[in-house]
Amino acid sequence: MKAKIKGPKDFWAGLMFIGFGGFFMIWALSHYQMGSAVRMGPAYFPTVLGGLLVFLGILVLIESFAMAGPPVPRFMFRPLILISAACVLYGYLMKPLGLVLATGVLIFVAAFGGHEFKWKEVTILYVVLVVFSLLVFVKGLTLPFPICPAFIENCPIR
Amino acid sequence: MEILNNLILGFSVAVSPMHLLYALVGVMLGTLIGVLPGVGPVATIAMLLPITFNLSPIAALIMLAGIYYGAQYGGSTTAILVNLPGESASVVTCLDGYQMARQGRAGPALATAAVGSFFAGCVATLIIAVAAPPLAEVALKFGPAEYFSLMVLGLVAATVLAHGSLIKAIAMVVFGLLLGLIGTDVNSGVLRFTFDIPELSDGIGFVVVAMGMFGTAEIIANLEQGEKREVFTARVGRLMPTREDIRRAIPAVLRGTALGSFLGILPGGGALLSSFGAYTVEKKLSKHPEQFGKGAIEGVAGPEAANNAGAQTSFIPMLTLGIPGNAVMALMIGALMIQGIAPGPQVMNEKPELFWGLIASMWIGNAFLVILNLPLIGMWIKLLTVPYRYLYPAILVFMSIGVFSLSNNPWDVLIMAIFGVLGYVCVKLECEPAPMILGFILGPLMEENLRRAMLLSRGDPMTFVTKPISAGFIIASVILLLIVALPAIRKKRDEAFVEQKT
Repeated sequence: MKAKIKGPKDFWAGLMFIGFGGFFMIWALSHYQMGSAVRMGPAYFPTVLGGLLVFLGILVLIESFAMAGPPVPRFMFRPLILISAACVLYGYLMKPLGLVLATGVLIFVAAFGGHEFKWKEVTILYVVLVVFSLLVFVKGLTLPFPICPAFIENCPIR
Repeated sequence: MEILNNLILGFSVAVSPMHLLYALVGVMLGTLIGVLPGVGPVATIAMLLPITFNLSPIAALIMLAGIYYGAQYGGSTTAILVNLPGESASVVTCLDGYQMARQGRAGPALATAAVGSFFAGCVATLIIAVAAPPLAEVALKFGPAEYFSLMVLGLVAATVLAHGSLIKAIAMVVFGLLLGLIGTDVNSGVLRFTFDIPELSDGIGFVVVAMGMFGTAEIIANLEQGEKREVFTARVGRLMPTREDIRRAIPAVLRGTALGSFLGILPGGGALLSSFGAYTVEKKLSKHPEQFGKGAIEGVAGPEAANNAGAQTSFIPMLTLGIPGNAVMALMIGALMIQGIAPGPQVMNEKPELFWGLIASMWIGNAFLVILNLPLIGMWIKLLTVPYRYLYPAILVFMSIGVFSLSNNPWDVLIMAIFGVLGYVCVKLECEPAPMILGFILGPLMEENLRRAMLLSRGDPMTFVTKPISAGFIIASVILLLIVALPAIRKKRDEAFVEQKT
C-alpha cells in the first residue's frame, strides 16, 4: 500500500531540506579537504551541518506521513515573477539606462504584479518616486548613481 | 558612581544636535513603519543599512535603534484604533486595545500605552546601564568553547520561540548556518561554494539576504491577499484615563516592565515574546479574567510596557557579547561591522561614547515618542488610508536602491530577488525565516570558534562540557529543547501561539 502524504507542507519542506543539505554535504566532500577534528579542513563544518540538515529533513518528511496538516496554498506566480523581475531589471538596467529610466521599469513592472493597474496612477507614482530618489539619494546622500542613459552625453538633470 | 559618570558621558554624546536629529528621524521612521502594516522594522533597518555608510557609527546606531523601539509605539497605535497590528509585537494589544476604542475609550488606551511604554523604556535603559558592564566583564573571559556554546544556546532559544514545528525551525537554523559559510574560508583561504563566481568570494551579504527574505517575500505574499484594508477610524476622545484605569494599569505596567526586561535579555527574545508573555501573565493574575478581550486596561498596559522593555533589553546580548538575540539585533551587528567595529565585549571599553551614547539616546528617543505620538495620532491614522498599491512600489524602489548601492553591482539585487523567491516558498511551507537569518549571521563565527576550541582541546569535543560556563550554556540548551519537545508542554506552546495569532 502506498503511504499517504498527510502533511503536504511538511513533505515539501522535508524534501527542500534534504536537497539543500545533501547538496552542501556532497559538494563539500568532493571539493574541499576534510581535515581532522583537531585541525578541521574547510569541508568539515559544512559536511557536518549538511548531514544534520539531511537528517532533520528526513524527520520532517516522516512527520508528513504521520501528522495531518493543511495543503500547501497555491502559488501566485504573477506577483512572484513580476516583483522579482522588477528588482532584477532595475539592478541590471541601472548602468546602461540610468536611474530615471530604471526606476520607471521597476515601478511599471511591479505595478503590473498588483491587482489593479491604472496608467495615470502609476505614472504619478513614478514621477513622485523618481524626484524623491534624485533629491534624497543622489543629491542628499550623494550615492554615485548614473542618472541618464549611458548613450546621452549631456545629461540635462544634474 | 561609575554608572553615573558613564551616563553623563552618554547624555553628553546623545544631546549633540546631530545625534538628537538622528534619534528623532529614527523614532519617526519607526513609528511610521509601525503604523503601516506589511512593513516591519527588519525590512526597514535592512533598507537603511547601506545609507548608514555615510554616518558616524554612533549616529547610525542611534537612528537604527530608534526605528526598532519606535515601531513598537506605532504598532500599538494602529492596534488600538483600527484593530490592525502594524507590527507583530502589537498583536496582543489588538485584543483589548481595540475593544477599549470601540467603547469610546481610545484616548485612555493610547495614553496608557504611551505612558506605560515610556516608563518601561526608562527602566530598561537603566537596566542596560547597570547590567551590561559586568556582563561584558564576564564575556571578556570567554574562550572559543564558551562562545561556541553560547551561540548554540542562542540558536536553540531562537528555534524554541519560533512558531510552528520545532524540527523545521532547527532545520532553518542549520540551513542559515550553511548559507553563511559561502565565501572564503578564513582559516584555509579556500573559496567554498562560490562556483567560480567572483562576487561570491566575499560571501552573500547579510543585508541582501534579509531584504529578500523579509522584504520582497513579504510584498509578494501581501500582494496575493488582495486589497482589503478598511479603516474604521475610532474617535480618540479624551486622553486622560479615569482614576480606576490608573489604579488598574500601574501594577500591570510594573509587571510588564519586569517581565519584558527579563525576556528581552534571553537569546531569541525581544519585543514579540515579551508582549505575548505579559498578556498571559495579566490574564492569569487578574481578578476579572473574563474582562480580557473585552477592553481590560491591564491587557493594554502590561503588553505595551513589556514589548518596549523587551525591545530595549534585547540590546544587552548584542552590545556585551556581540551575539544577536533576534533578527533586528543581527542587523545592528551588521551596521557595526559596516562601520568597521567588531561587535563584542571590547566595544564598551574601546568605544565608551558609542555604548553609553546609544543607551542615553534610547531614553531621549522614548521621550520624543511620548511627546510626538499623542499629538500626531491623527496624521498616523491618515497614513493608514494610503492604499498598498502605492506603497509597495515605493518600498521596492527604496530596497533596490539600498541593495544596489552596497557595491554598485546588479549582482546584489539579483541575489535579493532569489532570496525573495526562497522566502516566499518558506512562507508557503510554514518555515520561519527569522531562525535562518540568525543562523546565517552566526555561521562563520560558530565555525571559527568551533575550530579554535577543538584545536585548543586537541580534538576532544568534551571541552564543551568540562568547562563550567560552556557546560552551563549546553545544559540550558538541552533543557530548553526538552521542554519544548515534551508533548504536554508542546501542546501548551501550540495553544499559546494559536492564541497569539487570533
